[in-house]
Amino acid sequence: MKKQQQQSATTRFRSFKTRIARGSTKELLIEKALFVSGISSILIVFFIVAFLVKESLPALALGRVFLLGMRWSPGHNQFGILPTIISTFVVGLGALAIAAAVGIPTAVYLAEFAPPWLRNVIKPCVDLLVGIPSVILGFFGLMVFVPFIRDHFGGCGESILAGWLILSIMTLPHVISISEDAIRGVPTAYREASLALGATDLVTIRLLILPNARSGILASLILGMGNAIGETMAVLMVIGNPHIPWIPHSVLEPVRVLTSTIVLEYSYMVWGSMHQHALFAIGVVLFVIVAVLNIATTAVLRERTTTVIKGAVRG
Amino acid sequence: MKTGVIKAILCAISLISVVVLLGVVFYILMAGARVVSPGFLFRSPDYINFEEGGIFPQIVGSLYLLAVSLLFAVPLGVASGIYLAEYAPRNIVTMCTRLFVECLAGIPSVVIGLFGLTFFVYYLGFGPSVLSGGLSLGIMILPWTVRASEEAIKSVPSTYRAASLALGASKWQTIRLVVLKSAYPGMITGILLGAGKAIGEAAIVLLTTGGLATFLPHSLFDDVGSLPVYIYLVLTVIPASREIGEAYAFGASLVLIGIFLCISIFALLLRNRYIKRLRGE
Amino acid sequence: MGLIETEDLSVLYGDVPAIKRVNIEIEANKITAVIGPSGCGKTTFLRALNRMNELNGARTDGKVLIDGENIYNGNTDVNMLRRRVGMVFQQPNPFPMSIFDNVAYGPRIHGIRNNKLKRIVEESLRKAALWEEVHDRLDSSALMLSGGQQQRLCIARALAVNPEIILFDEPCSALDPISTARIEALLRELKKDYTIVIVTHNMQQAARVSDYTAFFLMGELIEFDETTRIFERPKDKRTEDYITGRFG
Ligand SMILES: Nc1ncnc2c1ncn2[C@@H]1O[C@H](COP(=O)(O)OP(=O)(O)O)[C@@H](O)[C@H]1O
Ligand SMILES: [Mg+2]
Repeated sequence: MKKQQQQSATTRFRSFKTRIARGSTKELLIEKALFVSGISSILIVFFIVAFLVKESLPALALGRVFLLGMRWSPGHNQFGILPTIISTFVVGLGALAIAAAVGIPTAVYLAEFAPPWLRNVIKPCVDLLVGIPSVILGFFGLMVFVPFIRDHFGGCGESILAGWLILSIMTLPHVISISEDAIRGVPTAYREASLALGATDLVTIRLLILPNARSGILASLILGMGNAIGETMAVLMVIGNPHIPWIPHSVLEPVRVLTSTIVLEYSYMVWGSMHQHALFAIGVVLFVIVAVLNIATTAVLRERTTTVIKGAVRG
Repeated sequence: MKTGVIKAILCAISLISVVVLLGVVFYILMAGARVVSPGFLFRSPDYINFEEGGIFPQIVGSLYLLAVSLLFAVPLGVASGIYLAEYAPRNIVTMCTRLFVECLAGIPSVVIGLFGLTFFVYYLGFGPSVLSGGLSLGIMILPWTVRASEEAIKSVPSTYRAASLALGASKWQTIRLVVLKSAYPGMITGILLGAGKAIGEAAIVLLTTGGLATFLPHSLFDDVGSLPVYIYLVLTVIPASREIGEAYAFGASLVLIGIFLCISIFALLLRNRYIKRLRGE
Repeated sequence: MGLIETEDLSVLYGDVPAIKRVNIEIEANKITAVIGPSGCGKTTFLRALNRMNELNGARTDGKVLIDGENIYNGNTDVNMLRRRVGMVFQQPNPFPMSIFDNVAYGPRIHGIRNNKLKRIVEESLRKAALWEEVHDRLDSSALMLSGGQQQRLCIARALAVNPEIILFDEPCSALDPISTARIEALLRELKKDYTIVIVTHNMQQAARVSDYTAFFLMGELIEFDETTRIFERPKDKRTEDYITGRFG
């Protein structure tokens, strides 16, 4: 009886062996197909870079004249983008400063003090607005901030200030959402230990929680900076875009940024002209700036994970 | 005492930021509601008698573009996510893949638009069309779909895999029947958030489609209108009086924000349910 | 000749061996208990028998013969092997699906459908002594069951693919005493049809249910014999120390 059972088991085992070969070929094919999809991102990035560089090479070859040139005037074959780069950073950094000044306290409040019901109302609202269409923000800025600035501060209203306000509204949800997650990610055990030692809420936050959440907050800011610099529509609609870009002296002046230059001029560039090459070269510059900021974010986040792991090992 | 003051300040700042954020949405909703009517929703734009026009082709065009972008990005992204989460060995190729996914996610949309303009519109000869715009948008949201899939798959407890393999299921059977089944709400959430980005994206669509179309595209190679581009153009390029341009921009913004909020709310609800389920509630 | 035989079986995580040169013969239709202090390699040994160790990147040396065939030779199909050698884990791990789908999962993979599938599900649930409790709610989620029920569901799920050998890795460690007693009764029942290897850190459990007991210490098989002998007249001093609770 037992023998018989074992017998049948053995034949079952054997009979499957012949079937396997086919099965594993299928598995192998699936794995290969998934691998190809997996590396598609690499191919796409290569494609993008290759086409951008190819189209912008003549302008990039201008070197300093392009990157450090002071005048941009396609009609006169002048393609210097320094004022535009400076304006881009002025607009991006200012917006980020506002977003940080408002967003981080909000994140602290939401994570540490807000009653649960309030947090449960506010956090989803903020999350919902993370991807709000930027063209709508630009339009809102055009309708609300621009007239307000014109009427109360002078100038034409379309200005760096308007850009700051709109971009900070755009980055605010990112900053709040990611920072809040980072703050809440600090283990409760730390918090309790500190409170048990008699530290007040505020001391605990300042000495323990913020330092521990620092890299998360920092990452949210760098990410926000990348978004602000790469943003097109929202800025384009409120910063005025003077025909000839210059380095601004006041926040009420209209300026031109890298992204808006591309969108405003692509439609009348002559394909194959230096103008076209210069516009693509602006694309390359944008790509590089944002890539550097992203690498910085990744590095900051990685540093956090390693410290957390080290901490865990030590603890 | 001091604590109370600081708490009050923090509370005030949070209220300000939330009020501002919600204020933007309400402002658009209120102003848009005055413009939107059935006629506005279901007529084509009329660039001569502007008051006679509507935004029907723009609404449908936006949905077409979204559909093409999802058809491109979802299969590719999900397959990539599965590969990265389940198969990828720890080697240089995998590291590069992750790096490039991050890199792609960071590329400013206007740069992707430039690429679409050169590659799809001119080089491949698709012209300004549904296909060019949709594929460019697809490239933009690809990293979102990859990340969403990878993360959702990784959050599936490994005990499920072990149990399935111990029953004699092959690796692919395990992935298909157990892992994806548990991971799909998370994946859909991520994909929907990507869709919300795609529907609101103006720069890419502006560069890769004509945007002024007053008719519906008949094929993938026809020009197509879209809401974000319409909002931009109606304020700047299209010859209409400023007031009418603004009114129509409000109407289109209302519709756009409506679609965006629907997608996002659905995504967030799905995410909350998913998180609850993961916690076993 | 035993149904399962190992020859110099070693499993290494990196360079560190978790079990070293284990030679054992496990008989068909018996319950063999594996005992030993935590970290001594019980789980590793068990998972070597259906090649689950490969999943955490462990290296295996030596042979495991089942029905005289080395499961580590190149042409063994692991999926077939795991179908023959089922496994129940320490933590109950039902899939997040209905009770029915959980049990039907294995047979479906192997191409069984419709009425035959329903029959197998019912049979397996009956064998796992769960049918009475769940037959009227087969469509509700498996996660709604209690821990003990979940573990019996996992047993039913393992039975549904009709294995010959079932490996249990501390199946009761997450359960209350009543559920534990039910599962032990179930094990005795199952022994008629299946060969069972059970890891447990609970010596009373080993004594209660098993026919043979293997004692592991620091990756080595110290002693293997009939359970009564191991518990009454252990040959090795270390076994005696462990059983009398002098360490561990
Ligand atoms: N995935 C793994 N990676 C590295 N080492 C492991 C792994 N699993 C188990 N080990 C090591 O192997 C040894 C035996 O573990 P295990 O078989 O789980 O013991 P037991 O089940 O008897 O408690 C332990 O020292 C453990 O640290
Ligand atoms: Mg164990």
